[in-house]
Amino acid sequence: MSGIERRAEYWSQNVRYVVALLSVWFAVSYGCGILFVEPLNRIRLPGSGFKLGFWFAQQGSIYVFVALVFVYVRLMNRLDREYDVAED
Amino acid sequence: MGITAWTYLIVTLSFGLYIGVAIWSRASSTKEFYVAGKGVSPLANGMATAADWMSAASFISMAGMISFLGYDGSVYLMGWTGGYVLLALLLAPYLRKFGKFTVPDFVGDRYESQTARVVAVVCAIFVSLTYVGGQMRGVGIVFSQFLEVPVKQGVLIGMAIVFMYAVLGGMKGITYTQVAQYCVLILAYLVPAIFISILIAGNPIPQIGFGGAEVSTGELLLDKLDRLHTELGFAAYTEGSRDKLDMFFITAALMLGTAGLPHVIVRFYTVPRVRDARTSVAWALVFIAILYTTAPAVAVFARTNLLNTVSGQPYESVPDWFTRWEESALIRFDDVNGDGLIQYLGPNAEAANELEIDRDIMVLANPEIANLPAWVVGLVAAGGLAAALSTAAGLLLVISTSISHDLLKRGFRRGISEKGELVAARVSAAFAVVLAGYLGISELGFVAQVVAFAFGLAASSFFPAILLGIFSKRMNKQGAISGMVCGIAFTAAYIVYFKWVNPEANTPDRWLFGVSPEGIGTVGMGINFAVATIVSRLTPPPSKAVQDLVEDIRIPRGAGEAHEIQA
Repeated sequence: MSGIERRAEYWSQNVRYVVALLSVWFAVSYGCGILFVEPLNRIRLPGSGFKLGFWFAQQGSIYVFVALVFVYVRLMNRLDREYDVAED
Repeated sequence: MGITAWTYLIVTLSFGLYIGVAIWSRASSTKEFYVAGKGVSPLANGMATAADWMSAASFISMAGMISFLGYDGSVYLMGWTGGYVLLALLLAPYLRKFGKFTVPDFVGDRYESQTARVVAVVCAIFVSLTYVGGQMRGVGIVFSQFLEVPVKQGVLIGMAIVFMYAVLGGMKGITYTQVAQYCVLILAYLVPAIFISILIAGNPIPQIGFGGAEVSTGELLLDKLDRLHTELGFAAYTEGSRDKLDMFFITAALMLGTAGLPHVIVRFYTVPRVRDARTSVAWALVFIAILYTTAPAVAVFARTNLLNTVSGQPYESVPDWFTRWEESALIRFDDVNGDGLIQYLGPNAEAANELEIDRDIMVLANPEIANLPAWVVGLVAAGGLAAALSTAAGLLLVISTSISHDLLKRGFRRGISEKGELVAARVSAAFAVVLAGYLGISELGFVAQVVAFAFGLAASSFFPAILLGIFSKRMNKQGAISGMVCGIAFTAAYIVYFKWVNPEANTPDRWLFGVSPEGIGTVGMGINFAVATIVSRLTPPPSKAVQDLVEDIRIPRGAGEAHEIQA
């Protein structure tokens, strides 16, 4: 495979990761925290007094954001090595 | 020792720390340091980014806003953290690969256009000035509290300090000063939060405590607030009253604005490699999340305490903090029915409300409301100042380099000497401080709201221009320029109309599609994307050199040395 094709493949794999992770990002914040907050509020987070929708809007979404960025760092570090485009 | 003495002591000590760190790091962060290929470690850069980012709005104002707004306040929590996901996935690694110094540098080079550079400079100055204005009001409130002066005088004192700190002192090596400021501000935020969480909920972790039961009554805190809110005529705490569509747009404007803020983006040029830029955003988000997950807990505790100590109590026996905030006019009580009791009622109540509380005071007053020791109150004042100063310094750096570097050196006065560049930077920073102080005094609204407008402006101008510059090879200068101009002009016009020209019309039924001025940046961003895409398809594609540049920034290998902008 030529260098240009490899690069294109690296880029499209990167874009696939980004789309997948941003879908989760959208689902926890705009989905659970805003659009579906009322139905989720009928459920309580087990072991606490939090209504689930409210909890996602003020706590849960933030925890997921942190996890998403770390997952992306790991995926990309692996991809960089796989396609030999990493630094050093 | 009293509250005032403790406040002076802790604030003085913290300033001593910043000055000490600045002197130490000045020696070790010269240009040679960066040329040697070292740069700042991702962890330290993450911490500095967090301090740069978390402003008076986050520290002083946000928990207070949430404690009054309840669920509606979630827009700030999700909006100001979710933007970092966009930053990490869509912008930071590529801008680090691109190198250079500033955001207008990227826009100017990617779109091969001096006009694009100037448009970007104007947008950067516009966004940053609005933002510094919010900081100034925050600093003013802190000083008005512990020097017992009116807010306006507090702003003037704040201006003097920021002026000395950022303009006269210069801003070399602010990274490590910001690391120190992060430590002070997070300590100042967590200590009272943990204290109060133990007192009210019997749990040392505030994030868990506010979902638990009140120790004194055994009632779940959130259920109690829902019940009290309904009884007093407010919207239920966990449900709120804001329109769903508006929530959606405001959250999006804050997220997209976060990703487009020039003073945050430049921080990612200071790390050694592209992969450090990714890691660095991750750390920044961790450090920010520590405060942002604590804030809603502080909001719930503050609200519970406030209602317990004030609502329905006789005015004769109000505590000291109440009287003190009354003096700076941030609490106002008017005994409408003359019964000597404080009726604190919401918009749905039948009787008249007698108490007005400025939302910005909640975090500062909270330790006193909860009867915490005097040193905790002093610590909170120091934390508020750390938050406001670190952000103000980062923003002033962007404003002054926008003028000295982007507008003069890379723009109209190419032959400018290094000394001339420095003088231009200092003069423009001084002007910015004065203008920001004026904005802070003119009481545009709550700190967090003023700041929210800056995000709308950033979302509607930079975010699309940078994103398309990386992800679309076809995007050209005509598209980018017309997109930025249309986006920011629409957003600014909408905000100015509803906030200043015709404030009486600022009601949901008059808003375009029901979107408030706080959320309009999302619509502005949509306009920017649409205009840029259409115009670029009607005009020729960018040159081969630019297309190669885009190819190049998509690959980590071969990134240049790290930079820190200095002025």
